[in-house]
Amino acid sequence: MSIEIKNISKSFGSFSALNNISLKIENGELISLLGPSGSGKTTLLRVIAGMESPDPNPDSHVLFFGEDVANKPVGDRKVGFVFQHYALFKHMSVFENIAFGLRVRPRSQRPSENAIRDKVHSLLSLIQLEGFGTRFPKQLSGGQRQRVALARALAIEPQVLLLDEPFGALDAKVRKGLRDWLRGLHDELNTTTILVTHDQEEALEVSDRVVVMNQAKIEQVGAPADVFHHPASEFVIDFLGNVNVFHGRINQGQAVLDTIRVGLSDPNVPDGEQANVYVRPNDMSIARNSLSKASMAAKVTRINRAGVQAKINLMLANQEEIRVDITMEQLLELDLQLDDAVFVHPNKARVFVPDYTI
Amino acid sequence: MSTNTKGIKIGQQDPTWVRFLVISISITFVALMLVLPLGVVFWEAFRKGVSAYLDSFQDRNAIRAIYMTCLAAGIAVPLNLVFGIAASWAIAKFNFRGKSLLIALIDLPFAISPVISGLVYILVFGMQGWLGKWLEGYGIQVIFAVPGIVLATIFVTFPFVARELIPLMQEQGSEEEWAAISLGANGWQTFWRVTLPNIKWGVLYGVLLCNARAMGEFGAVSVVSSNIRGGTNTLPLHIDALYNDYNSVAAFAMASILAFLGVITLIGKTLLERKLQQETSSSLESTTTEESK
Repeated sequence: MSIEIKNISKSFGSFSALNNISLKIENGELISLLGPSGSGKTTLLRVIAGMESPDPNPDSHVLFFGEDVANKPVGDRKVGFVFQHYALFKHMSVFENIAFGLRVRPRSQRPSENAIRDKVHSLLSLIQLEGFGTRFPKQLSGGQRQRVALARALAIEPQVLLLDEPFGALDAKVRKGLRDWLRGLHDELNTTTILVTHDQEEALEVSDRVVVMNQAKIEQVGAPADVFHHPASEFVIDFLGNVNVFHGRINQGQAVLDTIRVGLSDPNVPDGEQANVYVRPNDMSIARNSLSKASMAAKVTRINRAGVQAKINLMLANQEEIRVDITMEQLLELDLQLDDAVFVHPNKARVFVPDYTI
Repeated sequence: MSTNTKGIKIGQQDPTWVRFLVISISITFVALMLVLPLGVVFWEAFRKGVSAYLDSFQDRNAIRAIYMTCLAAGIAVPLNLVFGIAASWAIAKFNFRGKSLLIALIDLPFAISPVISGLVYILVFGMQGWLGKWLEGYGIQVIFAVPGIVLATIFVTFPFVARELIPLMQEQGSEEEWAAISLGANGWQTFWRVTLPNIKWGVLYGVLLCNARAMGEFGAVSVVSSNIRGGTNTLPLHIDALYNDYNSVAAFAMASILAFLGVITLIGKTLLERKLQQETSSSLESTTTEESK
């Protein structure tokens, strides 16, 4: 099921939730809408579901397989919607929750009681909750509830699955487990799936493609590796995880920070422009001596050994704090102690020139 | 921190004499102002024996008054039930112009004296009123007749169901409804299968209070009633008439019916409140995780 969104805007009063959004979602794809709260990702999902109508505009369309669904109510779009807080029917058993979408069909399309039972049981085994059919939602854990919600949505054999922060209310461990399970399920069913999340790790890990959103606009669309290694904007690199920012100036096609020079992809940026240099913590090295001139003096302020890599906080001469991740072996080798004076240098950096649009 | 058997933290306890004083004041007040009068009703009703008590119900006018009361409540309660559910649905689930005005208007019957509401109906439907003459042309008499009693009862009991349901439905939000709709349910199915089961105890609670008020209403009904015995007198009006005739056994016998209704209402209310708490807490359960975020 391919879904095409064309020139969609949506405002609530003076607040713009979506600003002229266009996006194409391929058949069978698992795509994430990633962004901070208020970026418009949930609104976009609700527009696709038909729960919000976009601002009227003759050029704006929501197409399901080429067909404009503007006048189709939610119930006719065949979307499976999963809510952050599950929205299970509290007074119904797990079985009845899953059977709901089949039972409310018009009599002529309603499956027989036997067919409903078979369908529900196969879904219960799909979500690994066989034998839970007679329980009520409040007797289940959060992760189990969300799986029931997913089974309930799958019961109507939706053309597209829309998941609105489905793991947002769960604790970290359950979250990670469910995330992997969801990816496996998607590979099995191949239902086109749109996942809304504010968790960049989640988006990068499960999706085929990631749509990074900010302030009602799409910042970047791409495969997780693409978005991670080739962020299109300062917002994207900043949002995708811990990153150090250095402020320098452009000189002869290079960003200059003290003794460090970073090459630009575009050599035509005029001299004197402000340059923001982004370096991820594991793209930096620490040395005892300034072997090259391209390094900055720093003082160790904190060493955190909890993790696969050691996280070192350092204070630069200009009082800015940065973070560098090194392997445990390197930490041993360097024998770093608090307040040690060291030198750091970036191995890989990305430069953005805020006032200059390419 | 150490706790006593009741689970109250000792450090937070008030001195014994304070607790003793506050509790005794409350109990004395309730006993004097509420329990004693209620006891007197039954005492007076049975003062001349059980047979005199039962004789009061043989009266044709008494039976008529009971019938009138049941009729007024029987029409007003279902109507206000439908209105209350519709209004609270609209207020809790939709955003529209004039929403706050609607909320304010629902409270109107609480804010104004019932006598005034009766007078308003006389102004509108009375012989000198706007619609009275026109309706008479069709042979319909509202004031000093059954329709007037019913209208006045509807007016004073108008807020009960809606007031009970609005906060409950706002609390529960509309996600379950959206889920049902996305699964293909139509509006009717969504209402019967999802919304109503979620609010059923709240609805019953509202109906119970609405009914108690409908049967007990005096002021508004008294204005639009003809005060003719065996005519449009409801139970409270009949009691008033009997009492003015110094027929106190009959008056208190009739009053005992209303008092009995009150006790039943109170018990029902207590039971429902417990159910209602479960209804709210299970809806809260799913949102606590959000709050802690």
